[in-house]
Amino acid sequence: MGEWINTILQGLLLGGLYSLFATGLALSFGIMRMINIAHGDFAILAAFAAIAVVEPLGLDPFVVLLLIVPLMAGFGYVLQRIILNRTLGQDILPPLLVTFGMSIIIQNLLLVAFSADTRSLSVGELGIASVPLGGDVAVGVFPLIVMAVAVAVLGGLQWLFSATPLGRAFRAASDDREVAQLMGIDNRHIYGVAMAIAMGIVAIAGVFLAIRANINPTEGPARLLYAFEAVIIGGLGSLWGTLAGGVILGVAQTIGGKLDPGWGILAGHLAFLAVLVVKPNGLFPRTRER
Amino acid sequence: MNTAVIQRATRASRIGAIVGVLLVLAAISMPWWAERSSQRLAAEFLYTLALAQMWNLLAGYGGLLSVGQQAFIGLGGYSLVLFGLQAGINPFLIVPLAGLITGLIAVPTAAIVFRLRGAYFAVGTWVVAEVFRLLIANTTSLGGGSGTSITSTVIGIPAWWRESLTLWMALALGAGATLAVYLLLRSRHGLALTAVRDSEPAAESLGISVKRIKWFVYIASAVGCGMAGALIFITKLRIAPEAAFSIDWTATMFFVVVIGGIGTIEGPIVGTLVFFILRELLSDYGTWYMIILGSVAVAFMLWIPRGIWGLVGGRFDMHFFPVQRRLKLPEPQSNNKEE
Amino acid sequence: MSILETRNLTAFYGDFQALYGIDFRLEEGETVAVIGSNGAGKSTFLRTLTGLNAAASDSVVLAGQPIGGLPAHRIVGLGLALVPEGRRLFPSLTVEENLLVGAYSGRKGPWSLERLYKLFPILAERRHNPGTALSGGQQQMVAIGRALMSNPQVLLCDELSLGLAPIVIRDIYAALPGIKAEGCSVVVVEQDVSQAMNVADRLYCFQEGRVSLEGRPDDLTREQISLAYFGV
Ligand SMILES: Nc1ncnc2c1ncn2[C@@H]1O[C@H](COP(=O)(O)OP(=O)(O)OP(=O)(O)O)[C@@H](O)[C@H]1O
Ligand SMILES: [Mg+2]
Repeated sequence: MGEWINTILQGLLLGGLYSLFATGLALSFGIMRMINIAHGDFAILAAFAAIAVVEPLGLDPFVVLLLIVPLMAGFGYVLQRIILNRTLGQDILPPLLVTFGMSIIIQNLLLVAFSADTRSLSVGELGIASVPLGGDVAVGVFPLIVMAVAVAVLGGLQWLFSATPLGRAFRAASDDREVAQLMGIDNRHIYGVAMAIAMGIVAIAGVFLAIRANINPTEGPARLLYAFEAVIIGGLGSLWGTLAGGVILGVAQTIGGKLDPGWGILAGHLAFLAVLVVKPNGLFPRTRER
Repeated sequence: MNTAVIQRATRASRIGAIVGVLLVLAAISMPWWAERSSQRLAAEFLYTLALAQMWNLLAGYGGLLSVGQQAFIGLGGYSLVLFGLQAGINPFLIVPLAGLITGLIAVPTAAIVFRLRGAYFAVGTWVVAEVFRLLIANTTSLGGGSGTSITSTVIGIPAWWRESLTLWMALALGAGATLAVYLLLRSRHGLALTAVRDSEPAAESLGISVKRIKWFVYIASAVGCGMAGALIFITKLRIAPEAAFSIDWTATMFFVVVIGGIGTIEGPIVGTLVFFILRELLSDYGTWYMIILGSVAVAFMLWIPRGIWGLVGGRFDMHFFPVQRRLKLPEPQSNNKEE
Repeated sequence: MSILETRNLTAFYGDFQALYGIDFRLEEGETVAVIGSNGAGKSTFLRTLTGLNAAASDSVVLAGQPIGGLPAHRIVGLGLALVPEGRRLFPSLTVEENLLVGAYSGRKGPWSLERLYKLFPILAERRHNPGTALSGGQQQMVAIGRALMSNPQVLLCDELSLGLAPIVIRDIYAALPGIKAEGCSVVVVEQDVSQAMNVADRLYCFQEGRVSLEGRPDDLTREQISLAYFGV
């Protein structure tokens, strides 16, 4: 019994990590109406960038975040302004293909730079510390931190969207690109900022992933799929839905994995497909646009 | 002579037909005059073309951007394991059988992925492909995660026949897919398909069932990919889930179609040629080869979104596969541009 | 000096030319109406002024400054605001947020939420409703308010009366004097000719992308207008 409770708790907390992956994707869905196929690869890129800094300098991974997050955010802004904005329009093929191409480019650049070996980031004691909850039930401290960060990020975004001029501009640009311009909103800049935020968040996700597990240069696409599933399960356009989606996915994966190690990821996918069949608009849909 | 005539054949199309027939004849006779290595290259070229045509039909005409066609390639490949390795059926007979199987599997798959639209559909198809990969990787009787050799299915078939049949089947798939798309577009449904590509709402308002067309295109493409998948793994003689359901298949289709020119029949042919040339030139560069391919695809999408054929065919108004009905007006030239 | 002027303004949708050499002028404090039948190019004219459609640099002059070809998001900040055809409120924003986003350009001037709620008191009551939950007339008020929040020198209104009951139209137009009192010049596009004649100091009639008539309502005869309007 305690074992199962532990499994479910692990899944719940894993949802925090998935939610971090999903929020960035949901942002670019929501505001630019584009899907970034290279989303997971950017996370892995950030993680390897962190590894490249941590190992020679012996810095703490949490400190490195202060460096990597703004770096990735700036990179996201430039990428959106220079390349991705040019692909936006009626046709959904250009953004899809361009980011697909980027995914391949990033993976292979990482292979060149870091080889195919798996790597990870160490946070020392913190990585294995856990809080006992009575009986043989315990939760890891690091997963708790990840969950707390995920909730904080979502709370921050919620505030940004509902209470700031920038947030209103995001929503306006997402509703009606043309009229948004009539308000003085420069869509290209707004999209750049949105991508910067998305990249900053996914950088956190990537670094946390590398602390939690071994990563390799080619696992970006898998991360994209989990993020995508969390977004769809939660319901498009719903910020907190991504957390719910991430948690459902995490729990499905850990339970599946407990039944049979080969079944973890499959169980997550199947949970996603089940939601798609039963509630095609996700559990907490906001926008109807698909 | 005062009437407008609707004309479809162009001079290019007549030349195209002749060249096409000659090429097909040359390919058929290859086993008698070509080296084995060139035969293999030709087969590979042809099944890549088949895959590209299928993806072009799906994305270029049906507006269905699938990133998950590797699902059907993999399932086609695994038909060899099930029917060849375990039931002992001749592998070359399995190729059409694989098309049937993947077509059937595509029906429930479509029911699920069609709940998603546009870019979400794209990623959804990818998830489905992963589901199939993981299901097979978890099935020990099909070889599990590490895969299985399928050499024993071709044992007993003389080498010459094996090579020749592979080539001929690849030809049937490559030329067949091209011809099938061509005939489909020239048929009554072609107009509907083109209307759907150009504007879904407009097509809907013309009374075209966009939904039915999408179903048809999705299943047809699954059949094509399934048959190609079976043939591909006959040539490889070993199958594993990672390779069979690899996203690289779809990446290749993407690349070929976009470079060649999406939404044209000539595009995939040109794109396949370019793809093979680049591969020959760059294969020594390993990982950098993939980086270059990715960059080329991105560059095309940004600067030449209509692909090589869109550029060339558009400039010279040349169509080897004329599918649009062209209005030929009598003497006084109208200055209205034709569509 | 005219506050807004166009010289030989043209507009295209791809190969299709929608406007042919429009010469137009709006004096400070004036209300000018643009009338014309369906497809005459009225909306295109306003869209081109605001930068949504491309224009040659010196073909549009706002308060002495050429603004043709500037991107739309820059033009608002210079004091030219549009109430678009069909209102087009942002559906995911509340009434108040729609108004606030109108102030995004940061241009200073007399308009504020309080001032607007005085002009349209009903909006204060509905401030937390989604904009799209309002009646047509109230939505039009939000659209006007949203444009005013950018403190424009010139307010462009595209078919304010579209789809509204006569009594509602009257209420909307009743707000115009208050708006002009704050130093705003106004261009109204209307299909309803008598409405246009009532509010306008001068009017322009468009026909197939050209100005077919220009003058003061009092100086124009019914026959002149119907000829310019329908081209028969
Ligand atoms: N996005 C567009 N693409 C192509 N043509 C357009 C577009 N918008 C308008 N047009 C064409 O431009 C011409 C002028 O249209 P416009 O909308 O400016 O007319 P209007 O006078 O505002 O008509 P209405 O009274 O119906 O609003 C019409 O012939 C219309 O068909
Ligand atoms: Mg109009």
